[in-house]
Amino acid sequence: MDISRRIVLHFPPRVTGQPVVYHLAKDFDLTFNILKASITPGEEGLLIMELSGDQGNYDKGIEYLTEAGVKIQSLSQDVIRDEARCTHCGACINLCPTIAFSLEPKTRIVLFDHNKCIVCGLCVKACPPRAMRVYF
Amino acid sequence: MSKTIAEINEKIKRGKAVVVTAEEVIDIAREKGGRQAAEEIDVVTTGTFSPMCSSGVFLNIGHSKPRIKLGGGNVYLNDVPVYTGLAAVDVFLGATALPEDDPRNKFYPGEFNYGGGHVIEELVAGKDVRLVATAYGTDCYPRKKLETWINLKDINNAILFNVRNAYQNYDVGVNSSDRMIYTYMGVLKPELGNANYCTSGELSPLLNDPFYKTIGIGTRVFLGGGIGYVAWHGTQHNPHVLRTDNGTPKEPAGTLALIGDLKQMKPEWLVGTSMLGYGCTLTVGIGIPIPILSEEILRYTMVSDADIFAPIVDYSEAYPQRKPDILGEVSYAELKSGHITIQGKDVPTASLSSYPKAIEIANILKGWIEKGEFLLTEPVAPLPGIESGITFKPLKERPIDG
Repeated sequence: MDISRRIVLHFPPRVTGQPVVYHLAKDFDLTFNILKASITPGEEGLLIMELSGDQGNYDKGIEYLTEAGVKIQSLSQDVIRDEARCTHCGACINLCPTIAFSLEPKTRIVLFDHNKCIVCGLCVKACPPRAMRVYF
Repeated sequence: MSKTIAEINEKIKRGKAVVVTAEEVIDIAREKGGRQAAEEIDVVTTGTFSPMCSSGVFLNIGHSKPRIKLGGGNVYLNDVPVYTGLAAVDVFLGATALPEDDPRNKFYPGEFNYGGGHVIEELVAGKDVRLVATAYGTDCYPRKKLETWINLKDINNAILFNVRNAYQNYDVGVNSSDRMIYTYMGVLKPELGNANYCTSGELSPLLNDPFYKTIGIGTRVFLGGGIGYVAWHGTQHNPHVLRTDNGTPKEPAGTLALIGDLKQMKPEWLVGTSMLGYGCTLTVGIGIPIPILSEEILRYTMVSDADIFAPIVDYSEAYPQRKPDILGEVSYAELKSGHITIQGKDVPTASLSSYPKAIEIANILKGWIEKGEFLLTEPVAPLPGIESGITFKPLKERPIDG
């Protein structure tokens, strides 16, 4: 069975020099789509990507990453809207590169589609009541 | 047909007043006709929920033992400086005040995560706030240092006094430069990448009473979730602007100074707000009832988003350099469609003013009036109108040396 997951990889400094993504593709036949990357050799790195392939291979790939010292988080938990703080103004709507925010046409309530979020963080600081929070 | 505020209040007390929101009135009056709608409807409620920087609170924190004269000293609430140029224990906490160690825009764009507006929100929420003060000491006020928790419920007075709220219409902000800019109109993307607007349009209080025929000094309003009053016309009140045929200003015009007891307000309607790269402020919830005294008054409340036009202003050049140029006018109906066209370019729009919250405010006020909990007031004096000759003056700089 094929699966596709969006994950956040945290690389400790010693791992940033290793071609881990190459191994995911070559050794485990997984396809990857990098959504965000911030990797500098010798520093802690961050890579957000969509990883797809056979369930068995996916699990082995994750095991390989874990053994290599990479910390893995599911992406969907990373940007959360504090519903009590959101005032539904709309300041975030046109800043989101993946159009994760939209307006409910009748009520003009701001909808947040978690699945479209790539955790770029643009909305977080631009949100006037600071309702968007990144959890790493 | 004409009604008086006293007659409407009698109906409110009997639970018989017909109250609709400024959004609802549009369809009702179109269907029934102005005359009949004006007879049937007693009150139209408006609402707005937007960042409003000229907001703040006067606090009287009570006298310590021994006494301290905060007046002329330095006082901080949760590290945010307050104004002390008043009597011994009165201070003023402004919405845009920042802690002295906030980096501002030193690391551009500054985040401005905590300031005066946030302290106001925490006070209203009933949280303890840390007061740190130093003073010079006098014979009658010998103490020089004070560090204590304070809480809204324990202090003598907390008076929200906003010298400019509820702008009657406002600019649409855009950015024609080649870099991102960070403004009080939000983050504006380069090359007309987005357009931000900031009123509740057809629900906005002063857009429903364009000539200030019912809203005046002394008008009782919904302010920050409690009761407030119109204290005066707001700063920069500018009635003499371009208007459409039905009187709606086509640019920022009237403003209100509002006052109310902070102790009966609610934190969900006074929200500490951070504008990236700009500063801190307070988002204020305001709702104003409009008594339908005549068909003319009703007709003003029928204003719809299609009738309200706002100027498109370039915040990368025209605004900072105080140039009068605008990039065009656009209706609120177009703004709310999500896209407008500027210089042939399709530009996505967004609001900084919360329409869902504005509707909620108009409905809360409607509920208060329907239940007989909120009576209307007769203004004790009108706001200055077009005939007042008041204009919005720029600063004329005069060199001091020379």
